[in-house]
Amino acid sequence: MSGSSGSTASVSGRHFRAERLDFFSFFFTGLTGLATLLILGILAVILLNIVLNGWQALSWRFVSTIPEKDFFDPATTGVLAMIVGTTSRVLVMTIFVLPVGVITAIYLTEYAPMRSPVTRVIRGAVNNLAGVPSIVFGLFGLGFFINFIGASLDDALGNSEPTWRQPSILWASLTLAVMTLPVVIVATEESLRAIPAGIREASLALGATKLETIARVVLPQALPGIMTGGILAVSRAAGEVAPILFTGVAYYMADLPSKLTDQFMDLGYHVFVLSTQSPNIEQTRPILYATVLVLLLLTFALNLTAVLIRAHVRRKLRALG
Amino acid sequence: MHQEPSKSVEIALATEVSAIPPESPKMIDVECLSLWYGQTQALKDITLRICQRMVTAFIGPSGCGKSTLLRCFNRMNDLIEGVRVGGRITIGGHDINAPDVDVIELRKRIGMVFQKSNPFPKSVYDNVAYGPRLLGVRAKRELDVVVEDSLRRAALWEEVRDRLRESALGLSGGQQQRLCIARAIAVKPEIILMDEPASALDPIATSRIEDLILELKRDFTIVIVTHNMQQAARISDHTGFFYLGELIEFGSTRQIFTNPKKKRTEDYVTGRFG
Repeated sequence: MSGSSGSTASVSGRHFRAERLDFFSFFFTGLTGLATLLILGILAVILLNIVLNGWQALSWRFVSTIPEKDFFDPATTGVLAMIVGTTSRVLVMTIFVLPVGVITAIYLTEYAPMRSPVTRVIRGAVNNLAGVPSIVFGLFGLGFFINFIGASLDDALGNSEPTWRQPSILWASLTLAVMTLPVVIVATEESLRAIPAGIREASLALGATKLETIARVVLPQALPGIMTGGILAVSRAAGEVAPILFTGVAYYMADLPSKLTDQFMDLGYHVFVLSTQSPNIEQTRPILYATVLVLLLLTFALNLTAVLIRAHVRRKLRALG
Repeated sequence: MHQEPSKSVEIALATEVSAIPPESPKMIDVECLSLWYGQTQALKDITLRICQRMVTAFIGPSGCGKSTLLRCFNRMNDLIEGVRVGGRITIGGHDINAPDVDVIELRKRIGMVFQKSNPFPKSVYDNVAYGPRLLGVRAKRELDVVVEDSLRRAALWEEVRDRLRESALGLSGGQQQRLCIARAIAVKPEIILMDEPASALDPIATSRIEDLILELKRDFTIVIVTHNMQQAARISDHTGFFYLGELIEFGSTRQIFTNPKKKRTEDYVTGRFG
């Protein structure tokens, strides 16, 4: 057919005309590069602003001092109580969120029938949980953990003084755990799904039960992915203030918290206090910046620890298994 | 003794069983087996016998049901949603689809080697010791013996004896497949099912696997699915030819390849289709 041979010629002709393609590829390469630069630029501005304004007020005394009642004086105040508070609420949250999230993910990937409506509802619920504003989690924590569970515990134990029925590290951590649950579930599910089906089959064909297969073959391999979920959860939770507002954070405490039922001071919340409650904004500004810097460094340190542990686990898996 | 099946089966058996030496005791007995994936029927009224300490090969074009049948023997099809089975499979006289059968026990007695080698991301040692550990073996000395013995029988010991603690994923493809065979025989099964065990290997690795199968035949009953007709001809005692879920012909390998009774079998083994 003459038509087909004609079109072949024009197709090959088009192949050699490169100017137009070149312009578009140049344009889009430039565009993606610019977008990346913009993000890096914003990040650099934020970090530089904080570091440059914060490092002068940062000192060993600042991070190792428990603040006095009047914590607006740059010469005497410190953030030790806030470092302890933020660290403990993040760690306690991790202890709760990892097992619950991992077990839920195991149920969803290994046990739940794939196309059943129940599974779909659960998965939808998990996704919706991720979209709930964090202040709503705070209200939920107040209503459910403190006013319901805490109050019931106090009644059951016959406490005359409210022990569980009040904001504390425990309730704030549980509220944060509920908030970060979707992150852990999704990350774990992804790492479970990435494990080849052949390995599960091999284990089952050797006469392993489903539970033995999960415990001995699937979970060890999914561990790095699960830890990624943990890292994301820690990053998300460390800077959150809204969920702990009603559930645990204190404006001021004279002593460091000593038990899970104590309230705590928090770096993120303290940033808010310093920037809104100060009698002298100009005087407080250096410690405000320094507190933000400490929060950033703390988040970074927590992440770095988790990343190092994960790298260790990966190396072990690769070398030995 | 084995003449109870229904009339239609008896007629089917009349030609097929004649090709099997009468002295070899049967291991697996398949009677009128049908299998459906949802609405699609994957196996149609299959009847055959697999003899002890022999190699039985299933051949046929892709999608003919040979792998599906293989996975019926250790009930791996249970893992797939919506599978229904009709008919009977008896292994050592027990109906394996009976409600009182413990699938876990069944699978411990039947080893399986898959098309794609699938060692666990663990050390060579831990791969082989996986099955025995499931059986409750904890003593290190006992495990050492089983691991060495299984690796020797899988013709892998000399190659890996110095790297037992290294990851199995560092082995070559052929070594990985032999490791999977070692892992399967470590639990001392009676039957080994092989689903195209050499299809992803180069010719040298393939011939090592074939030698190994002939060696293992002394102790185990082996059922192998293969795409490679020369392979079936080289290593098997009996061959079944499957087409579109039906067992077209079953008999001694020599008879299937030199004197097929059905036109379709002849066309397939002579390479006219498939």
